Amino acid sequence: MIIGQIKDGIVLDHITAGRGMDIYKILELEKLDCTVAMIERAASHKMGRKDIIKIDKDMDIDFDVLGYIDPGITVNVIRDGEVVERRQMELPERVVGVLKCKNPRCITSVEQELTHEFKLTDRARQIYRCVYCDHIASK
Amino acid sequence: MRSILNITDLSLSELDELIATAEDMIANPKKYSEVCHGKKLATLFFEPSTRTRLSFEAAMLELGGSVLGFSEASSSSAAKGESVADTTRVVGCYADIIAMRHPKEGAPVVAARKAGVPVINAGDGGHNHPTQTLADLLTIWRKKHTFEGLTIGMCGDLKFGRTVHSLVGAMARYAGVKFVFISPEELKIPQYVITDELEPRNIPYKEVSTMEEVMPELDVLYMTRVQGERFFNEADYIRLRDTYILTPEKLATAKEDMIVMHPLPRVNEISVKVDDDPRAAYFDQVLNGKYMRAALIMKLLEVTV
Ligand SMILES: [Zn+2]
Repeated sequence: MIIGQIKDGIVLDHITAGRGMDIYKILELEKLDCTVAMIERAASHKMGRKDIIKIDKDMDIDFDVLGYIDPGITVNVIRDGEVVERRQMELPERVVGVLKCKNPRCITSVEQELTHEFKLTDRARQIYRCVYCDHIASK
Repeated sequence: MRSILNITDLSLSELDELIATAEDMIANPKKYSEVCHGKKLATLFFEPSTRTRLSFEAAMLELGGSVLGFSEASSSSAAKGESVADTTRVVGCYADIIAMRHPKEGAPVVAARKAGVPVINAGDGGHNHPTQTLADLLTIWRKKHTFEGLTIGMCGDLKFGRTVHSLVGAMARYAGVKFVFISPEELKIPQYVITDELEPRNIPYKEVSTMEEVMPELDVLYMTRVQGERFFNEADYIRLRDTYILTPEKLATAKEDMIVMHPLPRVNEISVKVDDDPRAAYFDQVLNGKYMRAALIMKLLEVTV
């Protein structure tokens, strides 16, 4: 199967197979007015199977959010049909304003205006904790 | 400017420093009677805890400082719906340091970010209560003169007891420490305390269900309250309750120099007949708490004798 080349845009490669749709939704790609191609379960030497998303437009991406959801992703920025930047995602130190703390005893559960914030406390086990109550974030 | 929200915010050398200050204060109270002259401590207690609040206030008064504050949310602006951030920002304009208690976990983090003055967490729900742990540490130190190599038994409600979790975290940083967790199945120490604090440092621990079977091994026995509402039914509670009550008979096989601790208030988990035993250290904890709070206030205000 061949999906058309992108002239100017972004390719999210090495997405864990099956996560593509989650990423599509979190990045709100349905709101874009350009072509977005979602390729699911493509063959990959490295991963066996992977998902790929091609976006036919340059856009700002929150790399911390992307890194948190799937740190294996590679982001390729395409200009005039060439890859001009390749960026390997990694687990961010902090995730701000994306995840919600689910601890009902947390101060964020009663003070709605507080920004929910998590910090990486264990890189090997990929554990994030609420900066207020230390509750572990659930993916 | 620094706040203390969790016992692990303090390094081991800072703990040593606080203990040294507290001991000096006990030996030479006069020397410290004016060190905080002109400074104000605000005690912001969004939920009542007379014991802890009085301890902070007594500590500040003994340093020659003054105190202001409120003792429950209904008498404060929080009752009108003001946020923790706004309340502490306002109080930070009047006070030099804040001791705050709040029923919600993490509220002191919000306060520390906004107050503009040091904030001490005086208990945030079931989360942290670092000055209780400071009291516990000074008590162990004054009785044992070391933290290393001690076998610490913790008995009762180990699941919900934040003082237990916090003391495990603090003591786990010292060499040669061992833990013995004594509790009913329903109230066992949470797995995360073991995976976060003990396993990474290869600290030996065991879990048992009666204190009699481990009593001779212990250097410290830390008792906690077993509350009836933690159980599914009354029968289980009644059946288990007596197992976790310390009596002179159970103490018979303990080491001569073991110490018995309890964060207080107790209900009936330590028989009053134990109070006169020289191993009973729970009333010492109260006094030690005041001295450690005073030492911490001095440290955060950066005042010296
Ligand atoms: Zn939280």
